[in-house]
Amino acid sequence: MPVKTEAVGKEYPATTYEVGLEKIREYANAVGQTEPVHHDREAAKAAGFRDVVAPPMFAVVYSSPAMGPAILDPDVDINFAAMVHGGQEFVWGEPVCAGDEITTRAEVSEIYEKDGKGFYVFESVSTNQDGDEVVRATWTNIVRGV
Amino acid sequence: MADLNEGDAIPELRVTPDKYLPHRYAGASGDFNPIHIDNDFAQVVGLPRNILHGLYSMAQVARAQTEAAGGDPRALRRLAVQFRGMGVPEEEIVVSGTVTARDGDRVVIATEAFQGDNGIVRNAEAELQLS
Repeated sequence: MPVKTEAVGKEYPATTYEVGLEKIREYANAVGQTEPVHHDREAAKAAGFRDVVAPPMFAVVYSSPAMGPAILDPDVDINFAAMVHGGQEFVWGEPVCAGDEITTRAEVSEIYEKDGKGFYVFESVSTNQDGDEVVRATWTNIVRGV
Repeated sequence: MADLNEGDAIPELRVTPDKYLPHRYAGASGDFNPIHIDNDFAQVVGLPRNILHGLYSMAQVARAQTEAAGGDPRALRRLAVQFRGMGVPEEEIVVSGTVTARDGDRVVIATEAFQGDNGIVRNAEAELQLS
């Protein structure tokens, strides 16, 4: 059964995420980032950041809310029982600090079939309150046996 | 500036996620998929046990890169990974990498993460901006 590709190019409503100091600390602790710039305001400011800075992979926290409706969209038609997260790319821009408000927009960039698997590729772009791009992400989900 | 030239290995990062790490990562990331935090559920759907979040494993790969660059989070400009074998708690993760190109202060690193001989992050490529 071929994959449905009608949803390619579809865009989803932007989400906003307010970055909290304690959330950065909680995330940094979970992934083992012990550097003071991720925990201590004075250390972060001394290193040139506005406030405590998020580890790069904190991008997951603020961009995921925009991805949910895209991945769950019936028009995209993913078979979740057979889905795995196959690949991920982040391209970082401005650092994200406590107090930032991040807006993320997601869209379906590619749907295709290869070797009996369905590839569902999404792109999200996140910007901060000044309009600067903070991360551009490519999320690849693979469905076995389409 | 970190001294990273073509052919150099980056320092290995070794970390052993404990039994409850997936629960803490679920809370920190907001991803409460039961395959990560419910051992019984994971086995019902055919997994050996509850598995690590792929993005947690990717975060370890990211951490190895920023540590290689001297700890500045601004150094990591891009990271692309493929998730392959499933990672599990209570087994050591080893992240390794090799510089494949250097152009001025810009460095490209081929990197991967293994648990034993199980590659959990494969064919990953990082770009660092050294300062």
